[in-house]
Amino acid sequence: MAESIKILTGNFDVPGIEQLDVYRKNGGYAGLEKALKQMSPDEIVEEVKKSGVRGRGGAGFPMGMKWGFLAKPEGVPRYLVCNGDESEPGTFKDHYLMMKSPHLLIEGMIISSFALGANTSFIYVRGELMYVINILEKAIAEAKAAGLLGKNILGTGYDLELVVQPGGGAYICGEETALLESLEGKRGNPRNKPPFPAVKGLYQCPTVVNNVESISTTPWIVLNGGEEYAKVGIGRSTGTKLISASGHVKNPGVYEIELGLPVEEFIYSDQYLGGIRDGHGLKAVVAGGSSVPILPKDLILKTAAGEPRLMSYESLSDGGFASGTMLGSGGFIAMDETTCIVRNTWNFSRFYRHESCGQCSPCREGTGWMEKVLYRIEHGKGNERDIDLLVDVAKKIEGNTICPLGDAAAWPVASAIRHFRDEFEWHVKNPEAATKKGAVYQPELSLA
Amino acid sequence: MTETIALTPERLEKAKEIIARYPEGKQKSALLPILHLAQEQHGWVSPETMDFVADLLSIQPVEVYEVATFYTMFHLEPVGKHVIEYCRTGPCCTMGGEEVYAHLKDKLGIEAGETTQDGLFTVKEVECLAACGWGPCFQIREKYYMHLTNDKVDEIIEELSK
Ligand SMILES: NC(=O)C1=CN([C@@H]2O[C@H](COP(=O)(O)OP(=O)(O)OC[C@H]3O[C@@H](n4cnc5c(N)ncnc54)[C@H](O)[C@@H]3O)[C@@H](O)[C@H]2O)C=CC1
Ligand SMILES: Cc1cc2nc3c(=O)[nH]c(=O)nc-3n(C[C@H](O)[C@H](O)[C@H](O)COP(=O)(O)O)c2cc1C
Ligand code: SF4
Ligand code: FES
Repeated sequence: MAESIKILTGNFDVPGIEQLDVYRKNGGYAGLEKALKQMSPDEIVEEVKKSGVRGRGGAGFPMGMKWGFLAKPEGVPRYLVCNGDESEPGTFKDHYLMMKSPHLLIEGMIISSFALGANTSFIYVRGELMYVINILEKAIAEAKAAGLLGKNILGTGYDLELVVQPGGGAYICGEETALLESLEGKRGNPRNKPPFPAVKGLYQCPTVVNNVESISTTPWIVLNGGEEYAKVGIGRSTGTKLISASGHVKNPGVYEIELGLPVEEFIYSDQYLGGIRDGHGLKAVVAGGSSVPILPKDLILKTAAGEPRLMSYESLSDGGFASGTMLGSGGFIAMDETTCIVRNTWNFSRFYRHESCGQCSPCREGTGWMEKVLYRIEHGKGNERDIDLLVDVAKKIEGNTICPLGDAAAWPVASAIRHFRDEFEWHVKNPEAATKKGAVYQPELSLA
Repeated sequence: MTETIALTPERLEKAKEIIARYPEGKQKSALLPILHLAQEQHGWVSPETMDFVADLLSIQPVEVYEVATFYTMFHLEPVGKHVIEYCRTGPCCTMGGEEVYAHLKDKLGIEAGETTQDGLFTVKEVECLAACGWGPCFQIREKYYMHLTNDKVDEIIEELSK
């Protein structure tokens, strides 16, 4: 099998790559040299536009277009904020990237800040990852001592201060406007959009918020050109993507894949996940972090039309919510036949209830309701009306909230019922059997 | 007086460095980092600490309370020497996280939110720690403990009880 191209992780296995000298010896900071010495900020933005790279935080918004939207009023500072809050269940790729190669992100931050005209930039990292924050701080100090940060970077006259900010344990602070509130020292309550941060962001100034992985693509794009980047991948899903794989697979971990890789190859090839753990078979996959719709085996491997499903924005969403899902943040959770879908759905709904900031009532009340009803069903106290009640509550949340956390809570529930309704009904009709320790619905049992 | 209680001179120095990172007049941005610093020293964040931090940042005490109560990482009551923050979210549970969690609580003889009699351990339930492929997992302060099994939990607890 052909080695696939590595844009981000090519040198991650070099011992000591977290150190400046090793990173530099392996090609590090060459992108920065080129960006600062040979290119204008607008030229860099142009290359990023040409690359077609889309936001790796989950929404997939084209990065170059967002950069182009940045307002530039005279005399007002602009900010770049990197989103390293990574709290979406199933997602741990930014954790991996920052831990392995802090200088890659730092190089990307300097290039991006220069392109956007920011002189103070922030990396917001979830507070639980204090050890990663320490790694970043150390790398920043090294870069500063080497004249790569601070005043007059590489003698070009460009100044940049880079600040690493810890969060405090709140999933909602990954939502960009909640993140900005948090960075201002407040509770993480999302703001209404528009205005988008590109117009009114940190301290009410124009701000670009980008994910860790998105920003880390810029050194390669600057060095090789946006057109080269766009040759990797498939269609509008250009480039590579980090996928965090968890669950019942032989080789969980973080993989850099070329977008367009068939899902089947990703799951079963030894180069990637190596298949499902011994003696078991795949039942379902959540392909893009806990928020995206769950799909049963048949629909994750092939679209409803029978086409092979690919790891790309378009292919994963083929069929809409009826039979598709989303690439999201790339949190790929595989579950074998020992998994109880009802219990898993309840667990996710408990998560969203816990993480709702409580600002809007459909989300605050709805997540509470869904958790309560799912708890009831999982614990043998549900009735058949409960299943429709869940569908109804999920519908009422969707699209009626300030931020997408409400949708994120509704989709897993709605999709689990859409694809695994039998399993919910079995729980309701056979409470005694369903609540036995380790009991999992088997399709043939339903006939009994 | 509270000054010496809330932050050691070294940490106070660090706090001042942190405040200086933000633009003029935006010192409130230093709130989360400084609460972390205070918690590192005391193990938890007391009302006195919060008042001290408010003073340090020239903001109202209520602005600090509001924030400290919103973010789950801040302990608002005294805790044991080792706070075990156990991930109870889906992917970890898929990998047997619930069984290992039950074993941990059994071994310590406490429930979530409680502290052992000897004051050594507190167990806290947390959500996904961004280590799902390396789960089940928990964290104690900065350290992640991953690929947990019942045996591994026993070893860790014994090691930390010494
Ligand atoms: N990585 C993680 O841990 C998590 C990721 N997510 C992902 O987050 C996604 C939702 O994120 P949102 O930021 O709410 O999506 P969004 O679609 O509102 O925005 C995406 C990005 O494009 C920018 N943008 C969009 N339209 C714009 C315009 N007209 N002008 C300027 N900028 C514009 C936004 O500011 C933002 O940075 C979900 O799809 C989900 O996959 C959700 C939870 C956790
Ligand atoms: C509830 C919620 C949580 C989010 N968490 C994250 C996160 O942890 N990391 C991230 O990069 N984006 C997260 N996002 C998406 C951000 O709002 C934003 O779209 C992203 O940071 C933009 O960067 P990108 O365009 O490079 O992806 C979250 C969105 C929502 C609604
Ligand atoms: S949707 Fe939920 S998390 Fe988002 S603002 Fe409303 S209450 Fe808060
Ligand atoms: S679910 Fe436990 S670390 Fe993500």
